[in-house]
Amino acid sequence: MRPFDYQRAEDTAAARTASRAGATILAGGTNLLDLMKLEVMAPERVVDISRLGLNRITEKDGGLHIGATVTNSDLAADMRIRRDYPVLSRALLAGASGQLRNKATTGGNLLQRTRCPYFYDTGTACNKRTPGEGCAAIGGELRNHAILGTSEHCVALHPSDMAVAMRALDAMVEVEGEDGTRREVALDDFYRLPGDRPDIETTLAPGDLITGVTLPAPLEGRQQYRKVRDRASYAFALVSIAAIVRMEDGRIADATLAFGGIGTRPWRDPEMETLLKGERPSAALFAKAADVLMRHAAVHPGLEFKLTLVTRLLSATLEEMTE
Amino acid sequence: MKTTLTVNGRPHTLDLDPRVTLLDALRDHLHLTGSKKGCDHGQCGACTVLVDGRRINACLSLAVAHDGDDITTVEGLSEDGKSPLQTAFVRNDGMQCGYCTPGQLCSATAVLREVEAGWPSHVSETLEGPATLTRDELAERMSGNICRCSCYPGINAAILEIAEESTDYAEAAE
Repeated sequence: MRPFDYQRAEDTAAARTASRAGATILAGGTNLLDLMKLEVMAPERVVDISRLGLNRITEKDGGLHIGATVTNSDLAADMRIRRDYPVLSRALLAGASGQLRNKATTGGNLLQRTRCPYFYDTGTACNKRTPGEGCAAIGGELRNHAILGTSEHCVALHPSDMAVAMRALDAMVEVEGEDGTRREVALDDFYRLPGDRPDIETTLAPGDLITGVTLPAPLEGRQQYRKVRDRASYAFALVSIAAIVRMEDGRIADATLAFGGIGTRPWRDPEMETLLKGERPSAALFAKAADVLMRHAAVHPGLEFKLTLVTRLLSATLEEMTE
Repeated sequence: MKTTLTVNGRPHTLDLDPRVTLLDALRDHLHLTGSKKGCDHGQCGACTVLVDGRRINACLSLAVAHDGDDITTVEGLSEDGKSPLQTAFVRNDGMQCGYCTPGQLCSATAVLREVEAGWPSHVSETLEGPATLTRDELAERMSGNICRCSCYPGINAAILEIAEESTDYAEAAE
């Protein structure tokens, strides 16, 4: 690990000032320290926000406000989350290990970097690590990579389970800006598509600090999170789905579907959701929905299996939830 | 940086480079070598310790960020190394080389508490609890601890034995 200055922030203003001056924010550190040991990240300054009291879950406008440093364990175990937002609890429990969930935070989970092995391997070219260097993943071994939202410069995917459930729930990221005012940002406006600058992953500006995530009032309908991975536990998703489905008189009244493991950010497709709305469930309808979802897919060699996998996962999930 | 860690009930003040992980502080500065360095990236669980009662990977944590925290390592699980869980590991052949055992013991200690607190897991049928420690539940909850000798049958048997004993005890007390 390269040497760095460590500072424990006294308040959010101090954290913002440090971030503005180039410091990297440390919360749980489960991903940051991992990357610092490999020198994929080598910040000169680190500012620790773990003791700012941002670790509370409070009621807000009929929904919930989740502090940025609420741990993944605490969030998954919170009775309000388990009862009213089960898809979020399930997504969190499907991710990482018991040890990591005790340390990993809500804000940190959103900001975790990709697990593309070429990003981790400093001996290979990676535009996310060093812009303009090239991408060794394209044309290399692909498995945990994206097929939606990619560019010729990057096929890295966002590995979070939590963020996929939050995308389905229309969660908003609460950001405290340079001047101290707080704003709420939708996840699609929070995550950038890679384009020709895959190193810039979010729309956060220097001096911005994530202070929490807000969940709107609970939605009616059934909720489910399903994840397919290479082993039964403690592995990233090959494909995952967060689904909230409400039925009315045998028809799909609403189907909210977010996907992990396929996109460069947690993926949602309004066109596919519109297609399902008001329809009677059928195998043909689900297959059509998968076709719509995959209409812009850029499938590099090695990732063909994801087309089949996402189609089957979508069909199986909808079949079960529209019974 | 001056950092105070309370380890197994005893406070220690250390002067540490910010790069020192909690694991290296325990092993190299306090000479508590029970906690092991396996992968050093949070994947194997050999470094698992309890911080304020919760299990974490000590390798993925900066010691300076734990200033003032209460840390329990395998050395602190019992006075004589013969807690019910430790003896259950011995009785059930829950180890071969033993390198992962300190992490397994710390992790299992926390799992038993998490189940008692009603925390659900990925394989729990309902989220609303109460949680029971079946074989599937245990495999899921202990998935952050790898045993390269693959002593999982013994490890699982030992933990389930303790879980059953404490359930019997709780039922008898009711």
